[in-house]
Order: sequence, then structure tokens, then C-alpha cells
Amino acid sequence: MNFNFTDDQLVFRDAVRKFLMVEAAPEVLREIWAGDAGRSPDLRRKFTEQGLTSISVAEEFGGLGMGDIDWCLIHQELGYFAVPDSLIDTAYISAGIFADLLKQNPVNASFYKNWLSKIVDGSARIAISHPVNPLVCDAAIADLVIIFSDDELHIVPRGDYEVEQSHSIDLSRRLYAIKWVPKQDTCHLKGAVVAELSERTLNRANLAITGQLLGLSQRMLDASIDYTTNRKQFGKPIGSFQAVKHHLADVAIQLEFAKPVYTRAAYSFANQQPLSTVNISHAKLAAAKTAWLSAKQAIQVHGAMGYTWEVDLQMFMKRAWALDAAWGDRGFHKKRISQHLFSDDVNLSPINNFQG
Amino acid sequence: MNLQFTKSQQEFRQEVRSWLAANKPKEKFQSYDTQDGFNQHKDWEGQLAEAGFSMVTWPKKWGGSDRDLFDWLIFEEEYYASDAPFRINQNGLLLLGPTLMEFGTPKQKETILPRMASCQDMWAQAWSEPNAGSDMAAIRSKAIRHGDGYLINGQKIWSTRALYANWAFGIFRSDPGSERHHGLTYIMVPLDAEGVTIRPIRALNGKAAFAEIFFDDVFVSEDCLIGEEGQGWQVAMATAGFERGLLLRSPARFQKGVEKLVSLAKSNLPKLKDDPIILEQLAASWMDSQAYMLNAYRSVSRYLSGASIGAESSANKVFWSEMDLEIHTLAMRILGAEAEILPESNFWMNSSVDPDQWLDGFLFSQAGPIYAGSNEIQRNIIAERLLGMPR
Repeated sequence: MNFNFTDDQLVFRDAVRKFLMVEAAPEVLREIWAGDAGRSPDLRRKFTEQGLTSISVAEEFGGLGMGDIDWCLIHQELGYFAVPDSLIDTAYISAGIFADLLKQNPVNASFYKNWLSKIVDGSARIAISHPVNPLVCDAAIADLVIIFSDDELHIVPRGDYEVEQSHSIDLSRRLYAIKWVPKQDTCHLKGAVVAELSERTLNRANLAITGQLLGLSQRMLDASIDYTTNRKQFGKPIGSFQAVKHHLADVAIQLEFAKPVYTRAAYSFANQQPLSTVNISHAKLAAAKTAWLSAKQAIQVHGAMGYTWEVDLQMFMKRAWALDAAWGDRGFHKKRISQHLFSDDVNLSPINNFQG
Repeated sequence: MNLQFTKSQQEFRQEVRSWLAANKPKEKFQSYDTQDGFNQHKDWEGQLAEAGFSMVTWPKKWGGSDRDLFDWLIFEEEYYASDAPFRINQNGLLLLGPTLMEFGTPKQKETILPRMASCQDMWAQAWSEPNAGSDMAAIRSKAIRHGDGYLINGQKIWSTRALYANWAFGIFRSDPGSERHHGLTYIMVPLDAEGVTIRPIRALNGKAAFAEIFFDDVFVSEDCLIGEEGQGWQVAMATAGFERGLLLRSPARFQKGVEKLVSLAKSNLPKLKDDPIILEQLAASWMDSQAYMLNAYRSVSRYLSGASIGAESSANKVFWSEMDLEIHTLAMRILGAEAEILPESNFWMNSSVDPDQWLDGFLFSQAGPIYAGSNEIQRNIIAERLLGMPR
């Protein structure tokens, strides 16, 4: 029994943090918000140099061959710096889908291997269309869209689908409805295995969202601590007033208790434990609740400044509000929890801790 | 990261499980806040100590099993799952015990700890005073040097189970001219000493759950001093912190509560239809009890690998006390109009519901955010020490 991350994992996290502090500073984010494409090729190149696109891909295809637990700390950093969706969708979620497809559909192995190496070298942007999400992130600039339906999985190259953009409150999110016609050669998987891979993809995506929500919560908390330490009223920093302290203490408490829920979820997913689905929904709900509270308290302690376009807080709040319902809203995840609690063979005794 | 129990941990779990199955009292004990019930609980504490299970983290020679905190978590999981009796000597085991281990003389440790583990001595804490609650440094009760000991005068309050205890411990002002944290001394007092008066205070449940202690020229010998004279505040604070905070409320306690709560909800399904918010709160309670358990395992992992854990125990205190309120409030809502009916009423005779668990637990849960450092004080500590906000 050991909940600690390894020294290697912590060193990697620190390196990513230092890198993002410089390369994904709020000014960079604002440029991305304002730009037409909503993405910076320059930033993507730097992500690739830093190894962020190689994490999930197996070593035999040039990647680092790391797993879901290794990603935990990285997702939190990406959330902390509000890095846009495209990196995760490509380097984490799609890499996972291709690795699974390699096993389930070996006939097309060379196609998957090719795209896995493109993920590593940073030349691929891959978008994912899943029934749980009404729109597709980054479909307009993607090279491929992986499309899940109830019983088929299609992979459609750019040019074979049309896009119509909808604007998000979070300007780093570029959302599109896609129009396409299923063809025989775009279909990669059929039947019951699709539902399985679809759920696996949804679970993995929620690990990514959960980590980002925790990172965002920390970012908004840090911004609030900073602001209330410097802002003075009645001749004192407003952070010295108990009412303000307690607002932020409540965020810190929720955040501390959401973190181990998240790592347990990643651990149970990585080890394919039977309760991983429940554990992931729990983690997502806990992180979403924390991020929502962190945003609420942050804007309150920032006073009128928090309501302005100028102060960076808005970028983190909006991202948190958007991710809250991405890959399954609260109802979706709560239902999974309730079904578990009310299932006939459930055993909630403490003697079953960590038994799956 | 490896979230699996080791072979040795699994074996320990089996050992505890078998022992409890063979030794757990068959009949339900009376309330520990009555004399008969207290005696039943006291005998059970003796049995636990003999098996090395009083505090499994303590050394064998003092009534423990030389186990680490993971094993303690495992012990607690088995203990609560088996519905074994409530433990009654936590004030001694969790507050005074660790202090003695760090600051006690060899003689104090040898004579006091084994008797504490087996509950031959029952300990009451004597910290709070009428005007020193959250502001503990405002203590005014005095312990003044007198021959080869101290003369104690003053009043302590909110002393849990003091009615049944034979010893108390606390900090007293040994330097009459001192202020705040200075000039305080950590002292143990036999409660059968001349000049001690104990006046019970009835709690919300009507039982004498705690007491006031009056000291009128009470003489204690020098043996009763822990650490150095004038260092009472430092001695008391040194063993605060993570371990004590965790040990006070084990995760299994709340997990067991939620397990029972889910059963209660399942046997009241029509109510869930009429008041669907109950379902939401039920899920929230389960999630919180899981989070509390997971955070305990995470904190113990960090602690055992040498990390210092400080203000996080304040977050722990706020989290469990508010979770406990939620769990019991929800039970009251599920029970609806039956919730007010006292546990000893005939109404419950043929019921599958355990009224003690819910009504008494509900009343006790009201105290959680107040005792062991009010949640307002804990939030100040979190803000100042964990978040570094200005004082």
C-alpha cells in the first residue's frame, strides 16, 4: 500500500510545470483566445519538444510508453495553465484509442502505427466525436476525427466532413458540429466491442478532465491568495479578514480531499478494476464540485476586478465552467454512483477497501 | 503508487477478524454514559489490551502490537465492520499517551501507559475553562509550586466522561504573573484527590456526557508533572498534528455509518421517490466517506515516507465533522416523522432500524464542528498555515 507518486513522476511534473510557466503564461493564452485558429502551432511544437505528445505512445512507436497514472500529475499541470483541448484529445485520448484498436482490429495495424508515430512527432491533431458530447473540439483543424456511434467506430479524415462552429464561453474551446456520411472504408470497428471502447474512451477522457479541473481549482485558489494578500482595505490586506480566509480555506479542504479520489480512479482504471467506472465518476464529480466552488470564491474575493475581462481569473473560471459538463454532465456521473449504491450485489463494508 | 495491501497487511487483517469473531461481546452493551454501561465497556477495553489491540500502533510492552498506521487503518476497518463496542478511553490513548511517549520519564511511561491501554485508569482531559475555549492560551487555573509538588486551584470544563474517569490531565498556569502561552505547565491530577469536585453536565441526549472539574487546593506530587515546568504549551502542542487528528476519527467509522445509511434508504424506497434529493445526498455521503478514507491512506503514505504533515489535519477535522453532520442529518430525513422517537421507546421494539445509531448519533454529530478545535479556528489555521494568508 503506497499512495505516493514516484520520484520520476514528480520530477517529470516539475519539468512540465516549469515549461508551462514560461510557454503557457496567461499572455500566450490570451493570444490563443483572440486568434482565428484558436491554436498556436508554435506552442504545439514546443509541447512536442518537451515530450508531451509522446507520453502515452508505446516505446516501439517512438513514444515514452507511460500510463494513466503518469498522466495524473500532468493533467493537473495542463489544467493549472488552462492548456486548450487539442493536446489531450490527441496525445492522451486518441493515443489510447489507437493502442486499443491495434489489438482489436489488427487488419488495420499499419494505419494505427502510422498515426501513433504522427502523434509522437507532433504532426497529428486528432479530434473525437462521442455521443455524450453535443459538439466536437477542434474539428476544423484536425487531421482526423474519431467518431463513436452506438455500434460503429469511424475514423474520418479532414476533407470528408463539414464543420459548423459554435462559440464557447471558454474562448480556448473551438467547438464544431460535423456533417459526414458513413462509408465502408471509414468504419474501423463494429458491434458490441464499440460500446466497450466507447466507454473506455469516455472514462479515460474523464480522467483528463478531472485532473484539469483540479489544476484549475488550484490556479484560481492561488490567484485568490495572491490577490487578497496584495489588495488592501481598511488599512489591511483583505486576506487577513476571517470571512475571506474561510472562503478560501473551504476551497483548500475540498481540493485536498478530491486529489486522492482522482489518483485512486486513475489507479483502478490503469489496473482494469471492476469499480473503475464508479471511481472515475466519483473523481469527476468531486473535481467539478471543487472547481465550481473555487471559481465562486475566487470571483467573490477578487471583488469587482474578478468580473472584468482584463483580469486573468476569467480564463480559468470559464474553462472550469465548460469542463464541468464535458464528457458527461453531473447527472450522467451521479447516475453511475447511484446505480452502484443500489445494485443488488454491492458491498459497502470498509473491509472491502481497495478490493476493486 | 501501489494501492494493494501487502501479504503482511492481509495477514494482520485476518488475525484481527478472527479475534473479533471469537471475542466480540454477544450482547449489546448499555450506554457508556451510565455506570453499568461504563463498566461493560471498561472490561472490553481490558480484553482488547490483552490481545495487543488497544492501540495497535503502540509498542508491545505498553499494550500495543508495534504496528504502523496502515495496520491501524486495517484494524479500524475490521473493528467497525464487526460492530464491536464503542471505545471509551480515547482521551488517554490519543491525547495523553503520545505526549507521555515523547516527554514522559521512563517511570511515568512504565506505570501509566499499560494501565491506560487496558483502561485500568480512565483518563479525562482538562483543557478548556469557562473563559478559555477556542482561546486556550487564556487559561487561568493555577498549579503553584508547593513543597515537592503543586497546589492546584481553578475550574475546568467540557471534560468528556470525567464522571467515570479516575485521572485527568491538562495545562495549568504555574507562573501566576505569566500571560498567554508562557508560564503554563502540563500536569496529571488524580480525580479522587482531596479538593476535587466533579459536576456533571448533561449533553443534548440528556446523559452526563461531560463535566466541570473544580480544584480547591488540590495537592499533586512532582511525579505528576510532564516535561518541564513552564513548558506546558510546547508539550501540549508538540504532539498535536497529524497522527492525533487521524486517530481521533478513523475512516471506517464513517464508512460503516454510510453503509448503514444506504441500507436505511433502501428500506425506505417510497420516500426516495417523494424526495429525490435524498438520493443525491446519499451519493454525496458515500463519496465523502470514500474521499475521507482515501485521503487517510494518502496521508499515511506521505507520513510514513517522512513528509511532515501539519495544517492538513485541520482540513481533516473540518471534513469529517461536516460529513458526520451530513450523514446523520440525512438519516433523520429518511426516518421522517419517526426520527424524533427516543431510542428506548417501545416503538422501536420490533423495528429493523437501530435508533441509537441515528438519533443519538445525530445529536452527537452536532458537537463535531465544535470540539477538538472549532471549525472556525481550523479554517483560520488552514488559511494562515496551509495557504499562507496574512494574519
